Amino acid sequence: MKLYMESKSRIDIVSLLLFLSIALLGIASVYSATYESGAESLWQGRSGKQLMWFGVSAAVGVVIFLLNSNFFELFSMYIYVTFMILLIVVLVIGADINGARSWIRIGSISIQPSEFAKYGTSFAVASLLSNIGFSWQNRKELIQVAAVILIPMVLIVLQGDTGSALVFLSFFLVFYREGLSPVILIVGLLAILIFILTLIFTSFYLCSALVVGFLVFYAFTYTNKKIIVPSLIILSIAIFFSLSVQFLFDNVLQEHQQKRIQVTLNLIEDNRGAGYNVNQSKIAIGSGSFTGKGFLNGSHTKGNFIPEQETDFIFCTIGEEGGWAISALTVILFIAFILRLYHLARRAKKKFKRIFIFSLASIIFFHVLVNIGMTIGLMPVIGIPLPLISYGGSSVLGFCIFIFTALKMDATRDQDLISTYS
Amino acid sequence: MNKQRTYIINVAVVLVGLIFIFRLFQIQVLDDKYVNIAEKISLRRQTVYPQRGLIFDRNDKLIVYNDPVYDLMIAVPIRLKGIDTTAFCALLQIDRSEFDKMLERAKTNSYRGKSVFKRNVSNLLYARLQERLYEFSGFFFEIRQDRNYKYNSAAHVLGYLGEINKSELDKQEEEYYEQGDFNGKKGVERFYEKELRGVKGEQYLYVDKFGVIKGSYKEGKLDQDAIDGNNLHLSIDIDLQLYGEQLLDNKMGSVVAIEPSTGQILALISSPFYNPAKFNIQNRGKYYTMAISDPTKPIFNRAVSAPYPPGSTFKPLMALVGLQDEAINKQTHFGCPGFYRLGRRIIKCHPHAFNTGLQLSIASSCNTFYCNTFKNMMQLDKYENSEESYNAWRSYLKSFGVGDKLGIDVSSEVSGWLKDAAYYDKIYGNGSWKYSNIISLSFGQGELGLTPVQIANIAAAIANRGFYYTPHVVRKIENMEYIPEKYLVKNHTKISPSHFDAVVQGMQEVTLSGTASHLVIPGIAIAGKTGTVQNPHGKNHSAYMAFAPVIQPKIAIAVVVEEAGYGSSWAAPIAHLMIEKYLMPDSVSKSSKVDLERKMMESDLIPLKYKSQRNEALYGK
Repeated sequence: MKLYMESKSRIDIVSLLLFLSIALLGIASVYSATYESGAESLWQGRSGKQLMWFGVSAAVGVVIFLLNSNFFELFSMYIYVTFMILLIVVLVIGADINGARSWIRIGSISIQPSEFAKYGTSFAVASLLSNIGFSWQNRKELIQVAAVILIPMVLIVLQGDTGSALVFLSFFLVFYREGLSPVILIVGLLAILIFILTLIFTSFYLCSALVVGFLVFYAFTYTNKKIIVPSLIILSIAIFFSLSVQFLFDNVLQEHQQKRIQVTLNLIEDNRGAGYNVNQSKIAIGSGSFTGKGFLNGSHTKGNFIPEQETDFIFCTIGEEGGWAISALTVILFIAFILRLYHLARRAKKKFKRIFIFSLASIIFFHVLVNIGMTIGLMPVIGIPLPLISYGGSSVLGFCIFIFTALKMDATRDQDLISTYS
Repeated sequence: MNKQRTYIINVAVVLVGLIFIFRLFQIQVLDDKYVNIAEKISLRRQTVYPQRGLIFDRNDKLIVYNDPVYDLMIAVPIRLKGIDTTAFCALLQIDRSEFDKMLERAKTNSYRGKSVFKRNVSNLLYARLQERLYEFSGFFFEIRQDRNYKYNSAAHVLGYLGEINKSELDKQEEEYYEQGDFNGKKGVERFYEKELRGVKGEQYLYVDKFGVIKGSYKEGKLDQDAIDGNNLHLSIDIDLQLYGEQLLDNKMGSVVAIEPSTGQILALISSPFYNPAKFNIQNRGKYYTMAISDPTKPIFNRAVSAPYPPGSTFKPLMALVGLQDEAINKQTHFGCPGFYRLGRRIIKCHPHAFNTGLQLSIASSCNTFYCNTFKNMMQLDKYENSEESYNAWRSYLKSFGVGDKLGIDVSSEVSGWLKDAAYYDKIYGNGSWKYSNIISLSFGQGELGLTPVQIANIAAAIANRGFYYTPHVVRKIENMEYIPEKYLVKNHTKISPSHFDAVVQGMQEVTLSGTASHLVIPGIAIAGKTGTVQNPHGKNHSAYMAFAPVIQPKIAIAVVVEEAGYGSSWAAPIAHLMIEKYLMPDSVSKSSKVDLERKMMESDLIPLKYKSQRNEALYGK
């Protein structure tokens, strides 16, 4: 009987088409990035594996669509806990690949639990924030939310995969949307600004400038006694932060991490070491010109000049072979997909679904921002995949399940009305 | 409130999208820096070397052909990673420290571009490495053409190739050569470099980061085929050349044979000679020092680079000058008591009839006759002083090519010695010298030096009765309708043709009744002149000049054998054997000359003092 009701549900065609377009682009890119002339067909090698993962995803998608629409809300915390356990398991039995212990090997298949942890965490966040009476002022609830995103972040950092941990920062967009004071976001942005300025000018000059700025500010406003004390406090915090950054940067960060940040800020040029990837990546993309060198014709792609090309640097293949036309189209497809997902979130009639779909959109946004940003030298090199395009089974499966779950939630939004009123 | 925040977030997303699209536009469309860098990194321009022109002899027998040499290259020295160095070293038969040294050198040559790892890898090593090269990504072979030779012969004429040097690179008129290219260093390889080398082609290829070729660039639209060099046909008769080399083996000296009617050189031999194959790119490194330290100077091309006083072989020319200048005439006779008295000095002559005319003077090589002729000429009334008469004498010689480079197409030619009047002014004081100071010039001694090719050219000019073509070894250049123009121009001497018959008769008398009469060849009328050149450093040089047949001559020849003795004992027999070999190829072996031939071939006239320092490895196969 339930099944009958479910079957009336309608998948959002726009999202589905955008999803399929991006996925097709991805398969083509992986095929090209790993193509050796005359060696393999689309169905073999890495593009074949990628196709297989999309197939597995589709199968899981069918299961998701057969589930009761309330399943996810009911079991949200269990799903979260399951994925957290996986994160702990990987720490214990995980295989060490490239210095990160992020993989569980089952036979010939390797699974990366961190790619599924965002999915699990979204359930917990949606569940907590949709609790009736949830308030950002309630300290207990605040701690719960913080714990829910900090636990996976810490576990993933322990695996040695800082990049994947940073992805959880995208939940701040969700929190902001759900009423968290923008002050926190603004403070965050200011902190980033001080961080960057400290690295560019060193904390000594930055602090000096801040003090001079404060004195000038004080000279104009000294009659207004009320703002003196708060602004002095802000100044002290800023100086303290800047000094800490300097200290942390010099003493805590590892050399390759320091270099990556410095290369991004153009503080140093290191095209052979830390900057090698970005430099080669920019060359590959930049040499694509307007229409690109043509499918399978990228000389840089063929020449394997860019390490990790089929995974984190897959956008180079698109940029080189598709030129500006296809690169811009890719960006537009992603932006449209993200905006469409935000639209689905907005039209959800249940807070839980709204927050869940919104989380998905924000996570994809974060991935796109960081991944494409790093390939064109606007972001530091953080090893996270470009959703649906980068080669990698866990990433593909993780995002597909995430997207199918969101589409399922959207498809059944009309029943929510009934259930609400019933 | 949430609506507004959603809106802000949407704007932020769109903004990021726009920033990305603009940034992409900037690096992909506006800035073409990256296109250039990408091509520099992933595109390799590979030179396609043409086949160098082959070299044939006058009967179109192949003498010189191409043999590939393999250079082991590294595509990108700094990216050389992950190869099994131990296996590689074992294949190359080098140890690890050598490997490191070679790699360092390759890096210094070129950090990012291709660089030579090992030049001239042997064929055997090439075969062994080639099939396993895929294991050592980043290494590849570049193939170039080295020379190889059908005959162990004519090394001096052919010359050799070498790697282009810095000054040649800097001096080239049009950009053609690159470092590491080969060019002709000596001989015709050098003289006809432009015709032989062809035009290099180029290929544009995509390479990966290890330098492994990934495919052709733009389907090869920019590639250019190499154009093979033009084949060169020489006037050298390789059989005659080889025969002459056999005769001159273990002697120091030279033979030059010219076809008088064309100026084409039939044989040009300088002995000791070396096996040309020992001087090709692959071998020269090993043999060059050996050749340099050999005191008999095997690299030195005596035929064009060694001036000898012509001795008595000069007398026919002196006679012609005397006739032309009316110092003597065909009836002139001088009495020869066996010497010529010059104040208190005596110039010796050989025993012969007292009353000596022109023909006898040549046949019996009478010094007195020529001293008198020279004296007469220098004292002719038409000349105001010695300088004027000397200059007249000198200009006759010059018209035979004496004292100047002839312009032969074999490298290292020298002009020889023919001093100008100023030279004697310096020695004896301005204007205070006369015939008696320089009388030895009249019989080819003193300050006169002629290269064997110059002597042969005089023989050719006499054979032609008054003119010569500049001697040359090129007969035909394929795909070109001409040979250098200067080889087609008739050079007229200053001697009127009417004077030649008397002199030629005298020269024929040499082989009939004179100094070479023991060497007569039945059926061939030869005009010759022996010479015994005084050598202050050792035994006399044996010299001979001849042409044959007397009517419509086909070959003019000059032979010099250093430190051998009389002209009639060595140079003349060698010349006659060669004439016979050339005009009647099969007759020598049948005639009574076999013994003479064997004697010539087997005699070792290398002075003892040099023997111990010679290295046989240079000469053999």
